[in-house]
Amino acid sequence: MSGPASGRAQLEVSDLRVQIAGRHGVVHPVDGVSLEIAPGEATGLVGESGSGKSMTLRSILGLLPPEATVTSGKVVFDDTDLTRLPRSRLNKVRGAKIAMIFQEPMSALNPVMRVGNQIAEGPLIHLGMSRAQAARRAIELMQRVGIPDPERRFRAFPHEFSGGMRQRVMIAMALSCDPELILCDEPTTALDVTIQDQILRLLARLCRESGTSLMFVTHDLPVVAQVCHQVAVMYAGRIVERGTVSQVFSRPLHPYTLGLLRSAPDVDRPGQSLVPIGGSPPSLASPPAGCRFHPRCKFAEEDCKVSDPPLRLLDASRATACLHYERCLDEIGADT
Amino acid sequence: MSAQVMLEATGVEVGFPVGSSLGARLRHQQHVLHAVDGVDLTVRKGEALALVGESGSGKSTLARAIAGIQRTSRGQITLDGRVLPARRPSAERRKIQMVFQDPYSSLNPRLTVGGILRELLRAHHVVPRGEVDSHARQLLRMVGLDEDAMHALPRQFSGGQRQRVAIARAIALRPELLVADEPVSALDVSVQATILNLLQELRGELGLTLLFISHNLAVVRHLCDRVAVMYMGRIIEVAPTEELFRDPRHPYTAGLLAAIPRMTARDEGEAPAVRGDPPSPLRLPTGCRFRSRCPMAQPVCAERDPQLAPPGPGSEHSAACHFAWAAQAANAAETG
Repeated sequence: MSGPASGRAQLEVSDLRVQIAGRHGVVHPVDGVSLEIAPGEATGLVGESGSGKSMTLRSILGLLPPEATVTSGKVVFDDTDLTRLPRSRLNKVRGAKIAMIFQEPMSALNPVMRVGNQIAEGPLIHLGMSRAQAARRAIELMQRVGIPDPERRFRAFPHEFSGGMRQRVMIAMALSCDPELILCDEPTTALDVTIQDQILRLLARLCRESGTSLMFVTHDLPVVAQVCHQVAVMYAGRIVERGTVSQVFSRPLHPYTLGLLRSAPDVDRPGQSLVPIGGSPPSLASPPAGCRFHPRCKFAEEDCKVSDPPLRLLDASRATACLHYERCLDEIGADT
Repeated sequence: MSAQVMLEATGVEVGFPVGSSLGARLRHQQHVLHAVDGVDLTVRKGEALALVGESGSGKSTLARAIAGIQRTSRGQITLDGRVLPARRPSAERRKIQMVFQDPYSSLNPRLTVGGILRELLRAHHVVPRGEVDSHARQLLRMVGLDEDAMHALPRQFSGGQRQRVAIARAIALRPELLVADEPVSALDVSVQATILNLLQELRGELGLTLLFISHNLAVVRHLCDRVAVMYMGRIIEVAPTEELFRDPRHPYTAGLLAAIPRMTARDEGEAPAVRGDPPSPLRLPTGCRFRSRCPMAQPVCAERDPQLAPPGPGSEHSAACHFAWAAQAANAAETG
C-alpha cells in the first residue's frame, strides 16, 4: 500500500470545530478535536450519544448534515486540507482514497441497483476500469468478503440480502478502490452478536492484509478492543483521553473513561457492581465552565471549575484532559 | 432457590400468516410463520430468568404471549397454578406487567407522569381513591425520581428517566411477574447501569419475579439467575446462569458466548464463532434447526428434531442437541 512515509500521520485532524445553528442558538457538537491516525493503524473513537464522535468522523469527508458546518480546524490528508477542498476534488478522495462504512447498510445502498454494479461503480469511476474489468473486480471482492456464490449474487438487489450480507457488500464497496483509510460509523451496531463477530473479524483481517488504516466510531467498548490498537474517548464534543486500547481500558486516566468502564457489565467479570456515572451529559448550548465533566466528576476540585483543561500528552501515545488523572490510578489501585 | 413455580408455559406456539394473497388463501395454501414454535418454559417465584437470542429467534413474541398482548395459536400458560384464558380479563392482565425497549413510545405523551400513574391506580383500584396521589408519589420515589416528576410530561425526561417512569407504571399494579423486553438496549452505557441497578433493588424490595429479554449477554450474566436461549422459535438450552456461561452444552449457545466482544484483544487468526446466517423461518432445515450453521452436525441431525432434555432427572440444565450429553453418557457407560 502506498501510505505516506512512516512516522508521519496519514490523517491529521487538528482543532476541528463543527457548528450547528438551530432554533435554540448555536451549538458545537465537535469543539476542538485533534486526532492523528498513523498508516496501517486502527483507531477507535468512543463515546455516548451526543458526544460528537459521528460528527467528527463525518466531517472528515464533508458528509455533515446540511445544518452543520466546519467553522475552524483542519483535516489534513495527503498534504491537503480536506475541509477547504472544493466538492469536485473532494469527490476524487471519497471512495477512492478514503472510504466509509455506515451503520445501516440498507439505507446506504441503492435499493434499485444490483449490488454487483454498486461495488463496481468505484473502480469504474476512480480507477478507470472498463465495465468488464470492474465487474470482474466486484466478483473478486464479493468473494474476498465472504459472499457465497458471487457470480449469481452479483445480479441480486440489496433487499435480497440479510443484514450481515449487506454489511459485507458495504465492506466490498469500501475496499473496491484500495483506499488508504476506511471510516466506520457503528458498522455492527444493527447486527446480531454472531454476525457482528463475523463482520469484525473480516474487517480486522482485510485491513491487516491490505495495510489499510481504520477509524472506527462506536459506543461499544468491547467492540473497540476487537478491532482497534488506539482509542480516543470523546465527551461533550472533546477528546478527553487517548492511548492504546490496552492502556486506556486497563488504566484509564480520565474519570469519564473510568466511569464508562465501571458502568458497563463486563461478561468476564460476573458479580461486579455497576457504578453509574451520576448526572447527565451537559447541554451543548451552554457547556459548563472549566472541565466539561466536572459537574459529574467525583474527583472535581476548585481548579476543574475554572480552567478548561486541554488534552495533555503524557508520553508518545498517551494523553488525558484531566487535571487530576492520578486519582484514577489511585482508585484502580484501591480496587485491586 | 425456591422451587415454587410462578409461571409455566407448555407447548406455546405463536403463528403469523404471511403472504396473504387472496389466491393462496382460497386454495388453503396460506403460509404461517411460527415465531414461537412449541415452547415449554418455567419461571420460578422470585427468580430473574433471562430469555436470550438473536433477532428473529422469537424471544419478544414469546414475552408478549406471556404478557397476554399476543394471542397464542396453541399451548397453555399457567400463572400461580391457574390457566390463563386466551382473552385475558383485566384482573389477570394486571398480574403480568411489561416494560418495553423504547419507553417513549410506550408512555402516553399527553399525560403527565402523575396522570399516567393516577389513571392506572384508579382504573385497577389498587389503592383507595384518597390514597392515589400519595401512592403515585411513593412509586416515583421507589424508582428514584423526584416528586416534581409528577407534573412533567414524558418528553421532558431523558431516556433513562423515562424508563424509570415505565418501571414505576409496571410495578404500580403490584404484578406477580414483570416482563422486561430489552429495557436497557436503547440507553447509553452510563444510564444503562442505573436501570440495571434499579431492577436489582426492586427485586430485593418487592420480591419481584422477572422475565428479562435481552440480546446482551453481559447484562444477562450480571442480572439473572437462570438463562433460556432461543433459536428460531425454540428454546434450545436452559441452565443456571453461571453454569451456562461455564459449560454451554448446545453448540449454538457455545457459539453465541464465543461471539461476545471481550474487553481484551482476541486471537486474530481465529475463525468466527458461528458461521453463516440464520435460516429463513419459512424454510427451516429438517431435523435440528441449527444444523445448517452447526460445526458438529451429523447425519442424525437432519433426521431427528432434538428435544430439550436434561442429562438425567433432577438436573437444572437442559439442552436440545443430540450430542449435548454424549460425553456424560459415554462416561456413565464406561463406569457403569
